[in-house]
Amino acid sequence: MHLNRLSCHQLVGKIKTQEVTAVDVVEQVFERIKRVESKIRAFISTFKDDALRRAEAVDKKIKRGEEVGPLAGIPVAIKDNICTRGKLTTCGSKILSNYFPPYDATVIERIEAAGGIVIGKTNMDEFAMGNSTETSFFGCTHNPWDLTRVPGGSSGGSAAALASDETILALGSDTGGSIRCPASFCSVVGLKPTYGLVSRYGLVSYANSLEQIGPMAKDVVDCAILLSVIAGHDPRDSTSAPYPPHDYAKNLRCDIKGIKVGVPKEFFGEGLDEKVEKVVMDSIGVLEDLGASCSETSISYLDYAIPTYYLIAMSEASSNLARFDGLRYGFRAECDGDWNEVFSTTRGEGFGEEVKRRILLGTFALSAGYYDKYYLKALKVRTLIKREFEKALSKFDVLVTPTMPILPFKIGEMIEDPLVMYMIDIDTAPVNLAGVPSISVPCGFVDGLPVGLQIIGGFFEEEKILRVAYAFQEQTGFHLKKPEI
Amino acid sequence: MDEDLDIKIGLEVHVQLTALKTKLFCKCSANYRGMPPNTLTCPVCLGHPGALPVLNKKAVEYAIMVALALNSSISPQMLFFRKNYFYVDLPKNFQISQYDKAGGVPLSVGGWVEFSVNGEKKRVRIRRIQLEEDPARLVYPGTITTAPYTLVDFNRAGVALLEIVTEPDIKTPEEAYFFLQKLRSILEHLGVSSENMQGSMRCDANISIKGGARVEIKNISSFKDVYRALQYEIIRQKQQLKHGIATVQETRHWDEDRQITVSLRVKETESDYRYFPEPDLVPVRISEEWIKKIAAQMPELPDARKERFISEYKITEYDATVLTSNKKLADFFEECCKLYPNPKKLANWIMGDLLRNLNETGLDVTQLAITVEQFVDLLKMIDEGIISAKIAKRILREAVRTGKPPRKIVEDEGLLKIDDEEFIAKIVDEVFREFPKAVEDAKKDRRAVNFLVGQVMRKTRGRADPNITNKMILSRLEGK
Repeated sequence: MHLNRLSCHQLVGKIKTQEVTAVDVVEQVFERIKRVESKIRAFISTFKDDALRRAEAVDKKIKRGEEVGPLAGIPVAIKDNICTRGKLTTCGSKILSNYFPPYDATVIERIEAAGGIVIGKTNMDEFAMGNSTETSFFGCTHNPWDLTRVPGGSSGGSAAALASDETILALGSDTGGSIRCPASFCSVVGLKPTYGLVSRYGLVSYANSLEQIGPMAKDVVDCAILLSVIAGHDPRDSTSAPYPPHDYAKNLRCDIKGIKVGVPKEFFGEGLDEKVEKVVMDSIGVLEDLGASCSETSISYLDYAIPTYYLIAMSEASSNLARFDGLRYGFRAECDGDWNEVFSTTRGEGFGEEVKRRILLGTFALSAGYYDKYYLKALKVRTLIKREFEKALSKFDVLVTPTMPILPFKIGEMIEDPLVMYMIDIDTAPVNLAGVPSISVPCGFVDGLPVGLQIIGGFFEEEKILRVAYAFQEQTGFHLKKPEI
Repeated sequence: MDEDLDIKIGLEVHVQLTALKTKLFCKCSANYRGMPPNTLTCPVCLGHPGALPVLNKKAVEYAIMVALALNSSISPQMLFFRKNYFYVDLPKNFQISQYDKAGGVPLSVGGWVEFSVNGEKKRVRIRRIQLEEDPARLVYPGTITTAPYTLVDFNRAGVALLEIVTEPDIKTPEEAYFFLQKLRSILEHLGVSSENMQGSMRCDANISIKGGARVEIKNISSFKDVYRALQYEIIRQKQQLKHGIATVQETRHWDEDRQITVSLRVKETESDYRYFPEPDLVPVRISEEWIKKIAAQMPELPDARKERFISEYKITEYDATVLTSNKKLADFFEECCKLYPNPKKLANWIMGDLLRNLNETGLDVTQLAITVEQFVDLLKMIDEGIISAKIAKRILREAVRTGKPPRKIVEDEGLLKIDDEEFIAKIVDEVFREFPKAVEDAKKDRRAVNFLVGQVMRKTRGRADPNITNKMILSRLEGK
């Protein structure tokens, strides 16, 4: 039995009843990593010794009959922009290539308290800026379905590690689609929670007002289990909602008869790959077969979503990334001169091209005289878009769209054209502007490449979108198909 | 000062809320003075990646108290903004502050401070009051200009500051000085900031003359230096005007050692702070109920205390103003009043000799070695005729400097007043023998008597009772 191929909900029972040990699970995961990692390159760092120690501790606890959490002995891969105490946290950047945080992110504390085992840190676009994992200082991750293609981004490492069975669960972060895009490209499940549901304490900020940490998994049940562990109020994050803990996996098995599904027509326009569209339309048919009532709807101002998203994200990024100056931690360039020179040289050498582009654009957008014209206007458009979503979600239980308008593309194919690359966020970024939750589930294949279905819900209606996703998954079984590596 | 110069001075005062135990956005201790460098830090105040600020609610309450005391209108909702600029003392390379433009809302706007300058009432308007975090402290081995490297101590980073900005209503350095005195007294009475903590109040001063360009003098750390810096700036700008040189808009540094201002940067290169709302902090709602609750807990303010002093202790308005200009001084006075029945006499001694001694030694009231009990005891010794007022002044001087109880000084130095008539008579005999010419003069002109009294005093080192001495000399002159 390949334990690494199982899901969390299959494994936890076996570990708790001592049918298998947590140590076995961790060892098999690391064997898998050893075998395929040279092809996939999903991880920036792994912590085998520490993981085995923790697995032993879990096994001992179970032997003694002590209470263990819902993730007892389950390997979890963490996107490398989430702080892990004493463990390398790089954000895929040279500037943090030697950074060992002195503290754990809240989500890490919660995962470990639930018995989960952090096995490594996954590759990502530098500072989560990108949707191909090509901008990482540590090199690009390869899509397990086709090694010449990108895994999506920016949580590409997490998605690829799941798809290639190098981990059981994973965490990603989603600013404009960074969980859902790689989930779609790698045929795994990824959920961007409602803004404020999951604590951002310990998530290295790129664009604070848009991003959320979220669960990534091999199926919807696992996604719900991991969400239950990480969600809930955190006094260390002022933007964290006063939301009590909730078991999202409990009510998944309800049917979805009579559920109202809105299909916003703007998501099916120009730029959508015809073959992807066909798969998504078929998926909507599946939902109808399950008893959902699907009808067309509309979300206005969507043309402005991408510029609005990038203006806000880049502005916030220019400020958030200012702290990386080599003075207190991280990489410092070797140079002579005053501190001004040290700052500039360090940042010049430490940041990659895409990060510099966004810092420069964001700095410009916030400058005196331009603030009103760009940033403030973007905030106003954002409010309009948010209202549009609220309006649609008051009429429908969920909205369904493609996750990505295109199929996974070839490594290097789009990297030279940032504007084209930005446009592929068209289906995901509006959701971050609105702050509502959204999940991507595998919904089929085109020429052997995965397609994802996006299901969007109202504020804090994670349970509802998980239920729709679960019903769809059980009906179709696309999540069970594995790439051959 | 020169009326025709149309001087406009505005102040930006940074007050550390020293009564707060923790920093503005984390739980690190805010009591950094005297602590080993970089020992009071955490991921939040060091600006580590991923760390998030959480607002210290107590800081907002203190700030509301100050706003109420300065008659400022408190905003129903308060926002934090980021002020972006690169500097080594700034852990995140942005400061979490507040802003009154671009949709920003500071804690409060408007208000005023009333104070007296040479007996005249003066009112300076407040523009706004805001909360912000302090940067780290830079330490230069040697001086700022010669240091081969700079050390950064992050203990101060993230400490809560209140920025109080005035309108340009101040006309002279003296007014600036008295304004700051009054402001400090208010803050001390509120119990939010303590005067005797070094650097707990820092000041930037803006000054323009004859409608000329505005010059900002940065980071002045004492009230006396605000006075001196402004005086220097007025003279400097006046000289420029005289020679037809236009004043440029610039930022200047007050060099305490050389007592001059030096140019730091001119307007053209001044940074663009790229203010925008801090996404990690949600807006703070300040309800009427919250304000009312805080208002109900407000301690007595200097103005109210002054009025009370006048009615309760029957002292003059001037005396009451001086005494309440400093909370510690007013406290000292009131404690004394509990033990001594003559407030007028207490006021005279405190404002006269006690303050003079403090000024000479450079101490403040809290560092005073003499206790309330000892001070009152000194006055009682005068009343009881044990010592003369003149000797009391000497004893006070010593007591303030050494901490020795006055009664002990009197005993140890044999300074008790001499009222032994036999002893005084002996001294008077001596004086009459030694100064026959003066005796003759005194017989003709009573005004010369003082010389003889003075000689007796000299021989007794001031201890002879002047009344007895005087009486005795007069009766001898009359041949009795």
